[in-house]
Amino acid sequence: MISIDGVSQTFKGKSGPVEAIRDISLTIGEGEFLTVIGRSGCGKSTLLRMVAGLLKPTKGEVRVAGEVVREPRRDVAMVFQKPALLPWRSVEDNIMLPVEIFGRRKADHRAQVDRLLETTGLTAFRKRLPHELSGGMQQRVSLCRALIQNPKVMLMDEPFSALDALTREELAVELQRIHMDLGTTIVFVTHSIQEAVLLADRVAVLSSRPGQVRRLVEIPIPRPRSFGHNAHMDQVAGVSAELHSLLLSDTHLPKTSTL
Amino acid sequence: MTDFDAGSRTSRVWTNVGLPILGVIITVTGWWAITAAFHIDPFYVPSPADVVDTFLRTPEFLLQETWTTLQRVLIGFAIAVALGLVIAVTLAASRTVERMAMPILAAINAVPKVALAPLLLVWMGFGDSPKIVMVVLVSFFPVIVSTMAGLTSTPDDLQELTRSLKASWWQTFVKVRLTWALPQVFVGLKVATPLAIIGAVIGEVVNPDRGLGSVIAGSGASNDTPLAFAALVLLAVTGVVLFYLVAGIERLLVPWRVAK
Repeated sequence: MISIDGVSQTFKGKSGPVEAIRDISLTIGEGEFLTVIGRSGCGKSTLLRMVAGLLKPTKGEVRVAGEVVREPRRDVAMVFQKPALLPWRSVEDNIMLPVEIFGRRKADHRAQVDRLLETTGLTAFRKRLPHELSGGMQQRVSLCRALIQNPKVMLMDEPFSALDALTREELAVELQRIHMDLGTTIVFVTHSIQEAVLLADRVAVLSSRPGQVRRLVEIPIPRPRSFGHNAHMDQVAGVSAELHSLLLSDTHLPKTSTL
Repeated sequence: MTDFDAGSRTSRVWTNVGLPILGVIITVTGWWAITAAFHIDPFYVPSPADVVDTFLRTPEFLLQETWTTLQRVLIGFAIAVALGLVIAVTLAASRTVERMAMPILAAINAVPKVALAPLLLVWMGFGDSPKIVMVVLVSFFPVIVSTMAGLTSTPDDLQELTRSLKASWWQTFVKVRLTWALPQVFVGLKVATPLAIIGAVIGEVVNPDRGLGSVIAGSGASNDTPLAFAALVLLAVTGVVLFYLVAGIERLLVPWRVAK
């Protein structure tokens, strides 16, 4: 569904060019859930923005559904770290925003909005304004707004990282269910090993400065997965430990003093 | 005083209505006490009672003049707001136009408007129009500046969102930027409201015919300080009423901001 082919990105910084991404190649299959994990500043968001068509690669190219990405596509939905809701629009009107912008008929999407509100437990809050909702609920609205696009691909940029730990887990489990139901291809950027292990088919571990794929780790644990006690705790612990050591042994970072 | 009773209805009425009224009462009493304690000659500073007496001597006349000034303020303010919004939207739409027009606008704003009053007299003669033009000149700039600040303050995440949805420039402008700018627009409107009154009074003092500014100018000639004070109080009351009117409209149009 997505092929990233020798993509590099160099920004012009004040003190010379900054190489954010170097020669990344990845292929993401239809319906696959790929998690991109790395330390902050390793260029994971940059990579995602290039897939989204928000940023042009300095070198290489990205294809979605066989077509080279030169600008954003309407069958690719983004979910940002911030919910990015319009503060004057109610929950349901925020979800309808893409429908309006695409110039589609709102009446045709009412039923889908109802279903999305139902799935995310927001039905009782549909008329509320964003500032009346908790952070977790706001991010659910933002997820619904992405899903109303009926996207082939969802690109998620640390969508849960501003939330408290329990809400994050809750939302991650919800996202897993949505992915299992819809089979949307998802690229999910995070710095949480836990989220990566819960959600991903494969995890791309990036190294820092410049961002390069250090390793692709398969997560063969059957779904639905869950946090806490479950039948695959050994496997979860094993994969988590592997990701942990990959991230900590990132040699491109200057060594800090001993902890 | 504490957050606990902030929710109950009586205490809300007290904070929103009672406290401002109490403030006014204390100020007027203080003014009165000072004039009485120091036996100040009403020719210099009249007491509140002198001012009220003066007002009650010719209430219809003063209210009529207030209405004249208020009309000029309202017409001028409406023109200033319309003009300010159109200019701000044009400038926000095009970097080139903004770069070209900004120094000119800043220069116009920097010209002391009092200095223009005699020119307006030459160009437009007596009557309403030079006063209305003065109101526009004094109050349009804050509307432009604040509206532009609002239009350029769209947060990055919302800009990325509209880009990722491939929204057109016009869709982004109408559905996101314009509404996002509203709270800032109102900051400008609240600054411009008192300026509009000042503009009308400048016009009337320099080029007196009717209106409260003309009353003040005339009171100087007849040594009637209490009359000038009565006119000032009426201007102040007009200013307060207009300010709260704008704030009320803001409450209606920008509920998400006020609720925070």
